[in-house]
Amino acid sequence: MQVSRYWRMNAQRYMMANGGVATAEKEEEKTFTFSGRGTIYSYSTVYDAPAGFEAYKPYVVGLIKLDEGPMVTAQITDIDAKEVEIGMPVEMVTRKLRTEGDEGVIVYGYKFRPSVVV
Amino acid sequence: MGEHWDVSLRHLAWQAIEAALDDAKTTDIDALYVGNMLAGRLSHQDHLGALIADYSGLRGAEAVAVEAGEASGAIALRQALLAVKSGEIKTALVVGVEKATDQTGSEALSAQSTSLDADYETMHGVTPAAVAGLMMQRYMHEHQVELENFAGFSVNAHANAGANPLAMYRNRLKAERFAAAPVVSAPVNLFDAAPVADGAAAVVITSHERALAMAPKPVRIAGSAVATDGFALHDRQDILWLSAVTKSTQAALKRANLAIEDIQLFELHDSYTVMSALALEAIGLAERGQGWQLAAEGKIGRDGPYPMSTFGGLKARGNPLGATGLYQVVEASLQLRGEAGDCQIPDVKIGLTQNLGGSGATAVTHILRV
Repeated sequence: MQVSRYWRMNAQRYMMANGGVATAEKEEEKTFTFSGRGTIYSYSTVYDAPAGFEAYKPYVVGLIKLDEGPMVTAQITDIDAKEVEIGMPVEMVTRKLRTEGDEGVIVYGYKFRPSVVV
Repeated sequence: MGEHWDVSLRHLAWQAIEAALDDAKTTDIDALYVGNMLAGRLSHQDHLGALIADYSGLRGAEAVAVEAGEASGAIALRQALLAVKSGEIKTALVVGVEKATDQTGSEALSAQSTSLDADYETMHGVTPAAVAGLMMQRYMHEHQVELENFAGFSVNAHANAGANPLAMYRNRLKAERFAAAPVVSAPVNLFDAAPVADGAAAVVITSHERALAMAPKPVRIAGSAVATDGFALHDRQDILWLSAVTKSTQAALKRANLAIEDIQLFELHDSYTVMSALALEAIGLAERGQGWQLAAEGKIGRDGPYPMSTFGGLKARGNPLGATGLYQVVEASLQLRGEAGDCQIPDVKIGLTQNLGGSGATAVTHILRV
């Protein structure tokens, strides 16, 4: 079980919030929270799943170009794999990412679904 | 190359080391460099330097294992070169070894995914094939290319492997069957993806003068360079440009005082067909979006201007992960020495080998010549 490894990323995984890098001008770290909105830049449907993800296959992973500019890798959910398209608007939701066996940690985090409000 | 259920990690390494020492006509080794990616995960064995030195009759020699994902093999070679160039080590032995089949199924796939970003990629269920799928889907979208258009890479690899008795898949692959293969991580299918397997390969590195006195047919490493890129695919400016490939190729060519047009043989990291297309573009042989055409037009074949994967490449010879870089160098050396058997390309004097780690975060390029 790797509780601390998962716990230290709670802000990123639950809220897409991250501490910025302290610079000479701004000595304090600043936390930036993304809106969680973006578009699909690319995607792939995974049929051969690694440990912890077998129960979910096939699942779609995507590169999401966030409205603020940066790109993230995440699963695309709540949609049939055949309907996923490049350019599709998506929004962040919090879902179960993976499990560590029957007694291990269940890791939650961000996935993206087609935008409900466009 | 293959699934060697009856052979252990150390025994695989020893077999390659014996062959390399026999070929170089020496037993006088000062240091051993081991390239390996997954022994700690798959075989519960780290500390490979001392282990393999001991098991291979080199007890007492300096020994260390180095790791750079799938590029571990070529990185180990690079470390040996630097050590010999420094003068601190007279003669080094480099072995790449991977005992990939000690675990199978989803556990093995998890291990193979550790060369990607654990927090921001693999936590979301991404695998090496999925990263290739993300690149391939975008490539097809941007360049209006279909899956069938990538077939040429795998067809060429299988055709060449047919002449290599050590290859994992020696069967011919028909282009028209390519797109119908079972899907691994769409659009990547079984005929796109190189099969991960067990393997080991080794070379002896020493100075120019000592090599001439020692070995009957030495090969010169004229250029060697390593570069890195954004670690996770999503952090790169352009996911369809392998900038570490460009950087390491240009640096290696410069050190060899050569241009890309001088290269007569290419052993590239063809782990997925899209990686071959992107590598051909990044090394400067094709325009952006046109790398696949070199394969489609037969230009990477044994009679073409850019012979590639001449022993079958990762796709058909097999992908031994951390041993790949050494396989490439051994195969290119056999070509340059005219000892490639049925795989021989006529009149090759200069070859390029390129080993990638992760989705291209590490690129290692070597230029060999005789």
